Amino acid sequence: MASTLPLAGLGWSQGAAPLSAEEKALHALNRLAYGPRPGDVAAMRSLGAERWLQAFLAAQFEPASAAAPEALKTRLAGLDTQALSQAELIGRYREATQANRANRREAAATMEANKDAGKDDNAKTEAARANARRELVRPVLQQTAQARLARAIESPAQLEEVLVEFWFNHFNVFAGKGPVSVLVGAYEREAIRPFVFGRFRDMLAATAKHPAMLVYLDNVQSVKPGYQPPQRLARANPNAQRLTGLNENYARELMELHTLGVDGGYSQQDVTELARMLTGWTVDYRAAQRGSKGPLFEFDPRRHDNGNKQWLGRAVKGAGQAEGEMALDVLAAHPSTAKHIAFKLAQAFVADQPPPALVRRLADKFQATQGELKAVTRALVESDEFWSREAYGAKFKTPYHYLVSSLRALDATTPPDVQPLTQLLAQAGMPLYGWQTPDGYKNVASSWMNPEALSQRVQFASTLSERRARRSGLPAADAQGLMSTLGPLLSESTRKNIAAEPANLQVALLLGSPDFMKR
Amino acid sequence: MQRRQFLVSQTAAIAGWSLWSRSAQAAAADPQLAKRKLVVIMLRGAVDGLSVVTPYAERDYYQSRSTTALAAPGTDEGTLLKLDSRFGLNPALARLKPFWDQGALGFVHASGSPDSTRSHFDAQDYMESGTPGRKSTPDGWMNRLLAALPGPAAPTRAVNMGATPPRIFAGPNSVASLGLGPRAFEAKAIDDPKMQAALDKLYGGTGGDGAMAKTYKDTTEGRGEMKRSMAAAAERNERGGMAGGMGGRSMDPSADNGAPSARSFAADARRLGQLIQADAHTQLAFTSVGGWDTHVNQGGARGQLANRLGSLAEGLEALAQGLGDSLKDTVIVVMSEFGRTVRQNGTGGTDHGRANVMWLLGGPVAGGQVMGDWPGLETAALTDGRDLAVTTDFRAVLSPILQRHLGVGEVALAQVFPGYGGAGVKGQVLRS
Repeated sequence: MASTLPLAGLGWSQGAAPLSAEEKALHALNRLAYGPRPGDVAAMRSLGAERWLQAFLAAQFEPASAAAPEALKTRLAGLDTQALSQAELIGRYREATQANRANRREAAATMEANKDAGKDDNAKTEAARANARRELVRPVLQQTAQARLARAIESPAQLEEVLVEFWFNHFNVFAGKGPVSVLVGAYEREAIRPFVFGRFRDMLAATAKHPAMLVYLDNVQSVKPGYQPPQRLARANPNAQRLTGLNENYARELMELHTLGVDGGYSQQDVTELARMLTGWTVDYRAAQRGSKGPLFEFDPRRHDNGNKQWLGRAVKGAGQAEGEMALDVLAAHPSTAKHIAFKLAQAFVADQPPPALVRRLADKFQATQGELKAVTRALVESDEFWSREAYGAKFKTPYHYLVSSLRALDATTPPDVQPLTQLLAQAGMPLYGWQTPDGYKNVASSWMNPEALSQRVQFASTLSERRARRSGLPAADAQGLMSTLGPLLSESTRKNIAAEPANLQVALLLGSPDFMKR
Repeated sequence: MQRRQFLVSQTAAIAGWSLWSRSAQAAAADPQLAKRKLVVIMLRGAVDGLSVVTPYAERDYYQSRSTTALAAPGTDEGTLLKLDSRFGLNPALARLKPFWDQGALGFVHASGSPDSTRSHFDAQDYMESGTPGRKSTPDGWMNRLLAALPGPAAPTRAVNMGATPPRIFAGPNSVASLGLGPRAFEAKAIDDPKMQAALDKLYGGTGGDGAMAKTYKDTTEGRGEMKRSMAAAAERNERGGMAGGMGGRSMDPSADNGAPSARSFAADARRLGQLIQADAHTQLAFTSVGGWDTHVNQGGARGQLANRLGSLAEGLEALAQGLGDSLKDTVIVVMSEFGRTVRQNGTGGTDHGRANVMWLLGGPVAGGQVMGDWPGLETAALTDGRDLAVTTDFRAVLSPILQRHLGVGEVALAQVFPGYGGAGVKGQVLRS
């Protein structure tokens, strides 16, 4: 499909027939939501597509008005680890690693004491170690995934969920790195979700100061050259003893990925200087041990390199934390950042090769509003390009969108055990909270469309029509119902072809059709 | 030379592999060309090349790496494995040493991209598009290479192992997929004839999307071809009385893991090797392994990086075992987007640098030598005063493999690497 789009963005919304009211409503559901549910289609029919769409859009920009159903609220409230503070989460992680260490010591001692019985006892301690992790760490990540999926599938505030996915991905952290495993949910709750309709600068600061990001991109350990940790600190954080200087990781990705973009106009020198400016931005592990309720971000002046710097063409005088704050101000207000964010939004919401005129307008809006994300998102949704024929059904679904939209189409509620779902995502190359590198997942067909994806999707689609699906808590699919939900999205030939097939193949064919691979 | 002397093989990888004789290669006519294979493995995240092939003779190395340096070759455990008077191999790669000793493993040091970006993502992109510095290139060089290979096309001529399509294979020519995990060879719903007949209609319709229709065709044709090849190979093995035929149990029980981490790499790599050996059409394969971005606590002879390298070595050995006899016709290239800083950083790790080392493994490789033009680690020799300088363009390493090994002509080579006319590699990449 991408190949039929005009390369230079010329001809956007020109010539082609405008979308009908029903097409617009479906387009909104595919782009501003994770696809239609049976109830959406029914409401659309009874209200009329035009009125349904107006009400839908109004509600999406006021997510508080789109009240969550009781069942969802109850389910979310039952996820107890989602209410834990940063300190409690880090405490759990620490406890699990300590249990591991103790188990290992014990295993060594047992082996020593009774070498013959070594094998048996070893297996036992292995199991105990796995238990520590299973009981302390894994439920946090499981519940985080469950909360994310439950909201994506069931929340009426769909645009908020789509934006949470977008912005989390923009500021990606990886659950596979140490304590990020327990912190990733808190990160999404505290640094991403509150700001998707807020100010970019605020989200930028919230991510910069969140323990998950500080750990993930190593700034937690970046210190001025020659730093000597005080004894008591070294005891609280054994890692501190090893620190002797700068780590550029966060400074680079902050400019390359979070703000300016790789061609946004900075040099290796700017990376190093920004890393110096951000020394001392770290996690207060002593507060974590005290069980502090609040955020654990700390500026530690002893770790900070307070010398003068030369960064992005300006002289920066040593000023402690204020240097980093100034850097975030400069980066958030930079025209390169506006362009970078505008491009990413337009690519995610409109087309793999977004129309340059739209990108320019969104960048202008970003700058004019000083990064008011609600205004920028609104500008996107109100653009002609968004509603153009060229954009309609033109995006190939990512594995995440494919999975969530399938479950929505089947009117599924989130299964109590989401592991089968997260496994599917991992198999498809899109593990939830599992992208190792800070660039996040790509949102274009060329990154996802390949034979392996098609075989996996057809496999999933056919699993849903089997008994196996019900055993894993997924809904039993009904071809008739599915046809009436997805029918309007399918081409006429797809509808006819599927209707002519035996009933036991129809569910798999509907969800495995080329039409449903796209949005 | 030692590398010419074949030791009695200690590992199954080398069993059954006879010396690739000069005369055999000289006699290689077109039918021989069709047997030649290239496997590219990309280490995403920039592996620390100085910890792979370590310049132990350089004082600057030890001065720059206070806690992460590897000890010079010696008898102690954990010291470098001596390659020559300048370089040693990371002890975590010990299982690859026999390949070196037998002249089937070589390295090109201080190689990389002429573009100076230190962005992982741009650098990987350039290495996969084959056009450093040019972002608008729509396709990847291995896809262009498919068109440049002599002989007819086939659905499984190129195989990507992994869940998602890599940039290096982007483009109009068909590429088959091999999934990850122990079930990669098992039949799926899409292989069911009834299902496939119905899907044919949905995807083949004239009103359909061209890209989707093509992907679907690649899927069914590629899977059909792989299935036939593997079945035929299983039958051959059974007749030959070989134990543990195709699709056998995976070595690594934790291999059923969607994420391509180095941990599951061995089992996946063995399957890839088996498929390449079984499918007479397969000439190109690609896969990648992540997790090399060691900014913190990289470790030395033990630790994070050593563990990863150990798993990778296990995977390369398993790939060679899977390839079996085909290893004599295969060149395996391991590459990574850039190297890491010569000096370790303040957190026991290394940051983004410039040059790296490329690994070459297989029968046709003129192994047993560290090739390339070693610029040294003195401060004056470093790029930007901090990084190993790139003295060999990665395309200079790949070009002779494409030309002499795969039989790609000069005109076609210029299409695979447009605008590239650089100098060759110091040292000979392939056996003459």
